[in-house]
Amino acid sequence: MESGLVQQGANPPRVVIVGAGPAGVRCAETLLSAGIAPVVIDENRRDGGQIYRRQPEGFQRPYATLYGSEAGKAEALHRTFDSLRGRLDYRPDTLAWHLHERTLYTAQGNRQRTLDFDALVLCTGAGDRLLPVPGWNLAGTYTLGGAQIALKAQAVSIGRRVIFMGSGPLLYLVAAQYQQAGATVAAVLDTAPLRLRALATPKLLARPGVAWKGVQLMAALKRAGVPLHFGVTPLEILGDAEQGVAGVAFADARGLRQEVAGDAVGLGYHLRPETQLGDLARCAFEFEQATGQWVLQLDGDGRTSTPGVYAAGDGARVRGADGAELAGQLAACAVLTDLGRTAPGGLAERCREALAVQERFRLGLAEAFPWPARQMASLPDTAVVCRCEGITAGELRAVVREKGAREANRAKAFSRVGMGRCQGRYCAQAGAEIIAAESGVPVETVGRLRGQAPIRPLPLGIVTSEEEVSS
Amino acid sequence: MSQHAANRADVIIVGAGIMGSASAFFLRRRGLSVLLLERDQVGRFASGTNFGNVRRQGRYLSQVALATRSRGIWGRLPELIGDDLEFIPGGHLRVVYDPARIAMLHEYARAPETAALELQVLEGAALHEKFPYLGPEVVAGSYAPHDGHANPRLAAPAFARAAVREGVDLQEGVEITQVTKPGGDFLVQAADGRRYQAPRLLITAGAWGSRLSSQFGEPVPIETHGPQMGVTEPLPYVFRETVGVSSPLVSETIYFRQIPRGNVIFGGCFRTRPDLDTRLARAEPHGMLNQLAQLRRLAPALGRINVIRTWSGVEGYIVDDLPIMGPSSQVDGLYYAFGFCGAGFQLGPGVGDTMAELIATGRTETPLAAFDIGRFAQPRSESLAG
Repeated sequence: MESGLVQQGANPPRVVIVGAGPAGVRCAETLLSAGIAPVVIDENRRDGGQIYRRQPEGFQRPYATLYGSEAGKAEALHRTFDSLRGRLDYRPDTLAWHLHERTLYTAQGNRQRTLDFDALVLCTGAGDRLLPVPGWNLAGTYTLGGAQIALKAQAVSIGRRVIFMGSGPLLYLVAAQYQQAGATVAAVLDTAPLRLRALATPKLLARPGVAWKGVQLMAALKRAGVPLHFGVTPLEILGDAEQGVAGVAFADARGLRQEVAGDAVGLGYHLRPETQLGDLARCAFEFEQATGQWVLQLDGDGRTSTPGVYAAGDGARVRGADGAELAGQLAACAVLTDLGRTAPGGLAERCREALAVQERFRLGLAEAFPWPARQMASLPDTAVVCRCEGITAGELRAVVREKGAREANRAKAFSRVGMGRCQGRYCAQAGAEIIAAESGVPVETVGRLRGQAPIRPLPLGIVTSEEEVSS
Repeated sequence: MSQHAANRADVIIVGAGIMGSASAFFLRRRGLSVLLLERDQVGRFASGTNFGNVRRQGRYLSQVALATRSRGIWGRLPELIGDDLEFIPGGHLRVVYDPARIAMLHEYARAPETAALELQVLEGAALHEKFPYLGPEVVAGSYAPHDGHANPRLAAPAFARAAVREGVDLQEGVEITQVTKPGGDFLVQAADGRRYQAPRLLITAGAWGSRLSSQFGEPVPIETHGPQMGVTEPLPYVFRETVGVSSPLVSETIYFRQIPRGNVIFGGCFRTRPDLDTRLARAEPHGMLNQLAQLRRLAPALGRINVIRTWSGVEGYIVDDLPIMGPSSQVDGLYYAFGFCGAGFQLGPGVGDTMAELIATGRTETPLAAFDIGRFAQPRSESLAG
């Protein structure tokens, strides 16, 4: 056992948290307050997750510069984790790559360690949700999240003249952050028509402050002279293999083709929960119509269908950082209850109440910035769907049409869509939409790709650590 | 009435893996009408998840004739089924670490049964010169120039599609629970109540085979295991041949192949424990960790790349490591081809061709005696007592 842990009885419950973002940190804090010292695994070098990603050691940018209006929350989370670190077993730079029964397999570089657990809390966050567009495989196309990380962690812009395209709150946030950081934002192209935002207003007003911030972001972009287009249909990312991105062609709300020049594109359609570990833990999934994607089946407190496995934060439902902090605490309460411990008085009730508001807002966002799946029906056959394997929409449609592959895993087996390094993270949802459109069925009947270890590419040179061999 | 007619055929095949799908194709080619019934999707469990070895060397000598018949079909797939299944006859290298096993390689290569394989046994420096990527512990290898590998994900579905084009009635999602022969015809009943009839019945139900053969008084000692498989990220295409370790120690029997796309596919050393009822099978992490160590031992350069995916499947292993193939020892018109012990992929096309011949003509030149289900027949009194 590592030094500095909370003193515990002979057989203290073994709780493992995967992810040290807002959900994981608050979950750890709550567990510690009840006398349980968890192990916290995190893929990143530093805590904070994606949204409150900490800059590398030695970087000196102040909180206000890095996190803007969220600076106070970011600093509070970092301070909390700093105060907990000596009392828990924190393993940064560590990938949880598989689990089998109640053992988690982790890799830190080439070093393999197993962790037995009584309770596992998945605070794995979310990744960018993408739809292909012709040319998205050109150098200079980034996800919105990737564009944000470049700026937040390394103070680097993805290009000199950046076009942001897609939909969702992150589109405006990242565009505004780039604009404030001094990059030229050539345009913001939103596939959602503006009127949907008006229709979703009652739900969005569940969090009036956040809704107002969104309005302010748009206003700031407008004031800075950034062209904003709503209700667009992406046509093509222009450029060539030699020079990379040269611009974007899109159809505006009236259906007229327009082009905007730029040397980089930030592309994304809100977020997709990272659910691979839950899948390996054999947790049940459900198709969520509101967002058009498969999510973990959860009870109100974060219990999955697999006993001893919990999920919180954006990996469970994409509610953003505030919701993740609440969900992390609530999942900790569920863990404590299930382990026969006492959760902090009234905490679960308070979190549930506050999360109900967050949930209403989340559904409002889904209505305001809908997943434009219909685009996939008209995606040209020549467009690449699976970038890892270089498979086009035409090749995927052919296995549906000619080989009868109407189920996601079957289409993957025949076409290789989803077989690459990203494990389907960036192509599976688009692939399912293409299969559904081609066979004329609702996308949920296409199913979802089965999770397969490793969670991320794993070094073949991985070795089991010595203490494990000797034990 | 038409429903009833649709559920009759000359032959019913239960299980559309590669055995059932290839049998259906070749039976139809011989003019028989065929109903091919599959509980899930074609080729999902053993046929679609195995390593993809199209290998004759290393097989029991009793299987080599069947494997050679099958190898002939592998070479003619495009003209037969309109798909090459990504078959690459790039050779197969069977290596050993233990000097005491070198004699075994020579003995196998000298056996009259393996003459057509044209095996070449190489030792020491000669081996390492020809295959410079091999690790220093490898002392000898037997090279089979005509063996190769193919894509198992494509194989059974391609045979099934070809069979359907020939007129086979394929029904997926039909779980057969009851098989009987109340009169002249077999009566085959699904869990959902659907009923099928035919004068001849072929059971190609893989790991589930004994559940059906038992209903005719022919239980088979079969265990369920799954292959432990993985694949790396793509790297330059350098390995033409499939490489596998021969050892009495299961934990060091790693094998790998590379596809032109560049990925290295590997398996061996470990068997998973799938569940026959939930049909869930998953590669296990502790098995994988040993595999990776064994891969580095066999081809050290592979230690510098990444694994991107693992999987498993559902395979039936007969206690004596030989399949069940041939006619029933109890019931006329009943045939079996299941339990290929993790080594059925290469045999698949040949099994289909042979079973079609046997069912259509009542005989075959390909020796099947070693695979007869009768080898597990119980004395009458015992089976009644049991």
